[in-house]
Amino acid sequence: MTAILDFLQLHIEMVYIVILSVFLGIEVISRVPSVLHTPLMSGANAIHGVVIIGAIIVMGKAEADNYLALVLGFLAVILGTLNVVGGFVVTDRMLEMFKKKK
Amino acid sequence: MPGLLTLAYLIGSITFIVGLKMLSNPATARKGNLIAAAGMFIAIAGTIFLYEEDGARLHNYGWIFGGLFIGTVVGVLAARKVKMTAMPEMVSLFNGMGGACAMLISIVEFDHLTNGTTTISITKLIKDAVGQAALSGDISIGESFGNPTGKYLIILLGLIIGTVSFAGSMIAWGKLNGKVKDFSFNGQHIVNLAVLAAIVIASAWLLYDVHQQFNSGNGGWTSYPSNTALPDIQFQSMRDTGLINTLFYSILALSVVYGVMFVMPIGGADMPVVISLLNSFTGVAAACGGFLYDNPVMLTGGILVGSAGTILTILMCKAMNRSLKNVLIGSFGGSTAAGGGAKVEGNYKEINIADAAVVMRYASKVMIVPGYGLAVAQAQHVCHELEKLLEEKGVEVNYAIHPVAGRMPGHMNVLLAEADVPYEKLEEMETANAAMAATDVVLVLGANDVVNPAAKTDPASPIYGMPILEVELAKMVIVNKRSMKPGYAGIENALFFQPKTSMLFGDAKSVLQQLVAEVKTL
Repeated sequence: MTAILDFLQLHIEMVYIVILSVFLGIEVISRVPSVLHTPLMSGANAIHGVVIIGAIIVMGKAEADNYLALVLGFLAVILGTLNVVGGFVVTDRMLEMFKKKK
Repeated sequence: MPGLLTLAYLIGSITFIVGLKMLSNPATARKGNLIAAAGMFIAIAGTIFLYEEDGARLHNYGWIFGGLFIGTVVGVLAARKVKMTAMPEMVSLFNGMGGACAMLISIVEFDHLTNGTTTISITKLIKDAVGQAALSGDISIGESFGNPTGKYLIILLGLIIGTVSFAGSMIAWGKLNGKVKDFSFNGQHIVNLAVLAAIVIASAWLLYDVHQQFNSGNGGWTSYPSNTALPDIQFQSMRDTGLINTLFYSILALSVVYGVMFVMPIGGADMPVVISLLNSFTGVAAACGGFLYDNPVMLTGGILVGSAGTILTILMCKAMNRSLKNVLIGSFGGSTAAGGGAKVEGNYKEINIADAAVVMRYASKVMIVPGYGLAVAQAQHVCHELEKLLEEKGVEVNYAIHPVAGRMPGHMNVLLAEADVPYEKLEEMETANAAMAATDVVLVLGANDVVNPAAKTDPASPIYGMPILEVELAKMVIVNKRSMKPGYAGIENALFFQPKTSMLFGDAKSVLQQLVAEVKTL
């Protein structure tokens, strides 16, 4: 219990960011027309690809003899990039079709 | 220069917020997507070139750029080549990749924390110890590294959520492209709950063991000089790693099982909800990474998607008039299998292409109700052709769009937009229903559940309460389907047996092509 409290105290700024971001996310989304549900889901999908940053850190810290970290880190970078790049490109393709509308 | 990286992350976070905001408005959506992508690029480039840990830059640049290159090439190709109908699958697949990425990060970080050794310079140690001594008056080497239980908790959360999202997304992907069939057995919910309980118990056990080892000072955090001549000391964080490792990999395996079992029994009508939910899961898993690395951009990005995704999921549930809990327990598949809904019997009548063409050509108002059948047959272009042809001949043609028609909310809008159908022709459910009574002919193209009157009349039906397009109010209904087989939710549709309904069997694309040819001759 104390460990969790310590951790909480150590990361209190992050906890604040979490709580505020939760409300921000709700606020930003709640008035979206149903036409945009699919592109929005796809766009959000691309944004959580930010997990790639963690993969880059893992990869970049891996020692040369730590094969587990090297192999899994490399895989993680590939998968994360797929998520980011694929996500944004697919979203753009969907939205491209709306461009003729005023 | 760490300040520059902080700035890069700040820019990244802001672009995510602005991007999401702009994505929720049709006029700015495309720009919003590009802004978020630009922010992502800045955050990634910043991490690669500016990230420092204990004063050390990242290395392995060859591997990093190699991975980025492979991911970019494959990602762009896949995203460019995918057909509009396969869009939902694609989103599900990319979502799974993100979940797998979070899973792998957790595995590596766990291994590093548990089995790795950390080399710390004496100078830093003394500095820490002295700092602590000044505070508490007592020097303890182990304490200066902090209790690792919290870190383990975050790693476990990232692992479990990421893995469930990965496994679930793969199943959802397989289901949408028809590779995986619905599968459920009696008592599956109980088994699912048991698996979930096992995950929670194993996690608690692992955390308890870490905590005990840390507190007793017995295993973990004992220091031993790596070389007495050098002022560096190596630490092994945990001495007794057997149990911790076993538990961790059991949790990993159980999470895969849970992800599969979680999505497996859920029927097709709920797939959009499931993908949206898994999408927000991956967001939370990414946010766990943000905690782990004290990384604000991962945290804001992940949590934003987590909360926005949850709201989107709830909006979808509302459109189907079902609670999220109901979807989660997966009762849709269960109750259908249990024979929910009255059996519909009766005779239906067929109509041929020529008659259907005549009826539509001489109607004054036609409403087209597109569904998944249209998408799967790639018939959106020929559908638009038929619409233009009828309009030229003085028939008013509109599209009635059910919010959950197809496999994802907004699926039909995207599909018809691809075929250049003007935006004004797409009517939302309320408007369309109001216009239904004045409509002469409704042409249902491969839609089923969204026009099933059982949703209004039969309380025993699994889709009871879902708002539907009330096509039976129109003067005549022509339903194009490949066969009399029930729709994706597996429910019979009484509409097909009504006297004003005529069935027009065949693949949507070929039927529409024949209709176009026929109407041209009239």
